[in-house]
Amino acid sequence: MGFGDYFISALFLQAGYNSALVAIGAGLLGLSAGSAGAFIFLRKRALVSDAISHATLPGVGLAFIIMVAFGSDGRWLPGLILGSAISSAIGLLMVEWITRKTRLTEDAAIGAVLSVFFGFGIVLLTVIQTMSSGRQAGLENFLLGSTAGMLISEATTIAVAGAMAAGFVFLLRRPMTLVAFDPEYAATTGVNVRNIDLAMMGLALIVTVIGLKIVGLILIVALLIIPPVAARFWTNQVGKMIGIAAVIGGLSGYVGAVLSAAHAALPTGPIIVLVAFGFFMISALFSPLRGGLASALRHQRFQRRVHRRQGLLSLARREPIYDGLTIRILRRAGMIRADGVATARGRIAAEKAARDEARWAMARRMLPDDSTIERYDGLTPIERMMTPDQIAEIDRMIQNAQTTQGAKA
Amino acid sequence: MRSAKLVAESGKILDVASKDAPLTVRGLTVSYGNKPAVFSVDASIPAGSMTAIIGPNGAGKSTFLKGALGVVPRLSGEVRIFGKLFEDARDRVAYVPQRASVDWDFPARVIDVVLMGLYGSVGLFRLWRARHREQAMECLKRVGMTDFAERQIGQLSGGQQQRVFLARALAQNAEFYLLDEPFAGVDAATERAIVSVLKELKSEGRTVVCVHHDLSTVAEYFDRVLLINVRRIAEGPVETTFTAENLQETYGGRLAATHIDELHLA
Repeated sequence: MGFGDYFISALFLQAGYNSALVAIGAGLLGLSAGSAGAFIFLRKRALVSDAISHATLPGVGLAFIIMVAFGSDGRWLPGLILGSAISSAIGLLMVEWITRKTRLTEDAAIGAVLSVFFGFGIVLLTVIQTMSSGRQAGLENFLLGSTAGMLISEATTIAVAGAMAAGFVFLLRRPMTLVAFDPEYAATTGVNVRNIDLAMMGLALIVTVIGLKIVGLILIVALLIIPPVAARFWTNQVGKMIGIAAVIGGLSGYVGAVLSAAHAALPTGPIIVLVAFGFFMISALFSPLRGGLASALRHQRFQRRVHRRQGLLSLARREPIYDGLTIRILRRAGMIRADGVATARGRIAAEKAARDEARWAMARRMLPDDSTIERYDGLTPIERMMTPDQIAEIDRMIQNAQTTQGAKA
Repeated sequence: MRSAKLVAESGKILDVASKDAPLTVRGLTVSYGNKPAVFSVDASIPAGSMTAIIGPNGAGKSTFLKGALGVVPRLSGEVRIFGKLFEDARDRVAYVPQRASVDWDFPARVIDVVLMGLYGSVGLFRLWRARHREQAMECLKRVGMTDFAERQIGQLSGGQQQRVFLARALAQNAEFYLLDEPFAGVDAATERAIVSVLKELKSEGRTVVCVHHDLSTVAEYFDRVLLINVRRIAEGPVETTFTAENLQETYGGRLAATHIDELHLA
């Protein structure tokens, strides 16, 4: 069976019970990583999860040594997961402690913890290599992940833990949303911000340790962060963003695991991350909301609106129009006749444009520092940017200005 | 004993009825590092009042609010909300933070932010129902933002952001509202809209406290002032407390005498 055939059959779970289970496990891992990662991304703490993942390595090594010392198989996955969870929890608490108790900033604390733990972990792995039982330990697979020779029990553990982590994200979605958006307000409504932050990081930790075997500790941060970043392109609502991030994470895990299983030489973690990156590229280019293509189209439409507005203002001032594009646009909208004279429709639109322009001019004088003014593109109808009472206020000011001018004259 | 001593020190007898006042603060000290931002401040906000907290930049006005609500840790001092610990009176209090304190590119619509004010009453697990949405829309109506409900919050102007924050607090249906600089950098229409909502709240018997920076509107908007410059300078009704002398003490040299003259104070 060739690579392509195997990939297709594995994609539809036809390539045997074992690889189907591995793919499902990777999918559920991606699902929990995407949804938990969404909150970490919104809380702007992606780097902390990098520290968490690198801090797992000494735990893996120590757990292996301890299990061997007690005469059992050092590769028993639940034991390794427990060890990695403990050491990364210590790493996480150290980052928190350093940030709170010293004048160092969080990024400095992350850099220090990440490199020291990772270095210590590598030393332990080297020591294990020299142990008689360590040669075939395959612990280096925890760096980049591997599904080759994965046991059914291991895949089941990963699948169940991944589903549970996703369930926790769902339960904690409201307090986590509140803390990510507005921690001070959250504190006054009874949310314990520190505990929610720890829970958020705890979820990242769980995803990391159950992802060690499949994705590996170096790249797990990508599976936490790329899906929400891609999801952000598609929606402006946090609930939907989490759902989309979960789906992108889940698909990345599933497709990536199938791809790497189809070819033994492909490391699982990097393949999963590349698949996730593919989703990111698709989102960044093609999302109708925030994607690159859509914004290029929007820019083109914007250009046409600028021409239309300029043309209408020229009509209102009874000036001739020379620009070819402007004439074409106004012609097509039925605003002017072939000889350049405004139609009835054109005159109404021109009046409205002139009134808008006067209102905006007054608004700029009234609120020079307001962000609406800063963001104003010079074209949007004022009703879409301001509340009725704000507009009424502007009209009143225009009236006043006219009266004063009249009085002076 | 300790509180009695503090009362004696401040040279003032605290109102006997203030036991269940919306806010009673004794000796509140908050520090960032080893420099107190607020030092041993006493305050008592009576029910149904509208109080402005006034002081120069960096005088600890916002920190005082945050310290009172436990948003930042207290170094010392006692705070009672309606005579209770804040933890036990939380659902009677609504806080409106400075709008600059959040990232407005957060993926949320206006209505989503207002619904956050209902998290407390809806609970962690239950789903939104039509009546929650109606409640939220009602609050948006009060601040004149009904048409903006579906708008992404990143597209709002400063004044509109402030209105959304106020609507979120209204959704909490609290008895005591604490607002941090609600008029900072907002347009005139928004300022009027916010003032009228706050006066409505007061007329319903609710209590309002605002950190405020515009001395020229104090007398028009508020009936009480709390003057702070790290320490408490003065507290009381606008007529007797918002005086040139107290302002001079609060602002020191930072407030020109001519500016005080323009306020036409007693």
